[in-house]
Amino acid sequence: MADEKMFVLEIISPERVFYTGEAHFVELTTSEGEIGVYKNHIPMTNILMPGVIRIHQQDGIKTAAVMSGFVVILKDRIKIMAEVAEWPHEIDKSRAEEAKKRAERRLKEGGPGVDMARAEAALKRSLVRLSIK
Amino acid sequence: MASMRDIQRRKVSVQSTGQITKAMKLISTVKLQKARERAEHSKPYFQGMYDTVSAVLSRSGNINHRFLKTGESKKKAVILISSNRGLAGGYNSNIVKLITENPEFAPENTVIYAVGRKAKEGLIRRGYEIRQDYSEAADEPMYSDAMGISKDVLKAFESGEIGEIYLAYTVFKNTVSQVPDLKKILPVSMEDSKGEKSEEDTKTLMNYEPGEEEVLDIIIPKYVTSLIYGALVEAAASENGARMTAMDSATSNAEEMISELSLMYNRARQGSITQELTEIIAGAEAIS
Repeated sequence: MADEKMFVLEIISPERVFYTGEAHFVELTTSEGEIGVYKNHIPMTNILMPGVIRIHQQDGIKTAAVMSGFVVILKDRIKIMAEVAEWPHEIDKSRAEEAKKRAERRLKEGGPGVDMARAEAALKRSLVRLSIK
Repeated sequence: MASMRDIQRRKVSVQSTGQITKAMKLISTVKLQKARERAEHSKPYFQGMYDTVSAVLSRSGNINHRFLKTGESKKKAVILISSNRGLAGGYNSNIVKLITENPEFAPENTVIYAVGRKAKEGLIRRGYEIRQDYSEAADEPMYSDAMGISKDVLKAFESGEIGEIYLAYTVFKNTVSQVPDLKKILPVSMEDSKGEKSEEDTKTLMNYEPGEEEVLDIIIPKYVTSLIYGALVEAAASENGARMTAMDSATSNAEEMISELSLMYNRARQGSITQELTEIIAGAEAIS
């Protein structure tokens, strides 16, 4: 039975409970690289990087963009605490594109007034958003 | 006795004040509902945050992390959440009193990170140093506002400028009762987190990637941010609750005054009619 492979997935953001439901596989981007988690994973707490989450359910795959946060993996449940989480249909494509251009320009021009780390993070965020749009 | 016209003028002015307070009450009722909803929605995140942090800390009890011990500086930072507008009963003055009447927070060793114009002005008058002002965040707090505040206070904490961080805000008990409260947010106190250790936490052996220290480095700032955000949304609900109660009693006071003034007006009117009649009759008698 497929049910035995299912675990509970919760994605919680400050503004709302973003997602709760069952899944049998989930792909995440952590600070140590991309990981995929099945049921009965060893308990683990990981830091999330800006990236795409893929939730594999019986009736297909759901994707969402997550900006930063961490994930607590337990045997039969996974809890993702995300500071920002968005479904593809919530993403404003033109805004993300603008942000991307702005960040790229900042990175290229450089100069004393530019916070490089911040521009890089902004670029990464906009790329994640665009990749699932 | 006041003339009829004076009474009438006063009545009209009280009536229009009553209309304003009534409208304000209705507005804050609507705003309160919205703010409460937001506060409800933010609870799961905060609770999850709290559980994780206390799980990490209870497992790594003797870890020597910079966020877990008091800084060397004697200075204390207070994030003080009040409102931008008045007419909310004791909402703002209560939160100011919480700081000014506490001997631990003398103006010399306290720096204020103010959210909300009212308390900020009150504290400036009493000689406190306002380090930062985030008043635009008080009306409709966003998570990004909380991120900005926590970034600033953590920077000051890490540079050794301040030793402890407190959060002063008004807890929303229910629509009629809001209680000002002071919470210590940094260093994270171990006693608080040890109390609520669920069985699941103690049984499972958690692995931390990349490592405990790094995870704490990332999680604690997020935890602080979630505390600040929780306080912001709760304070917004409290503000509207306080204003609603204040405006409700103002409206009923106005109604009371109006009924008293109406009585006075009618008496004066009757008096003047009686007087006029007596004069006419007296005049008619004199002629006949």
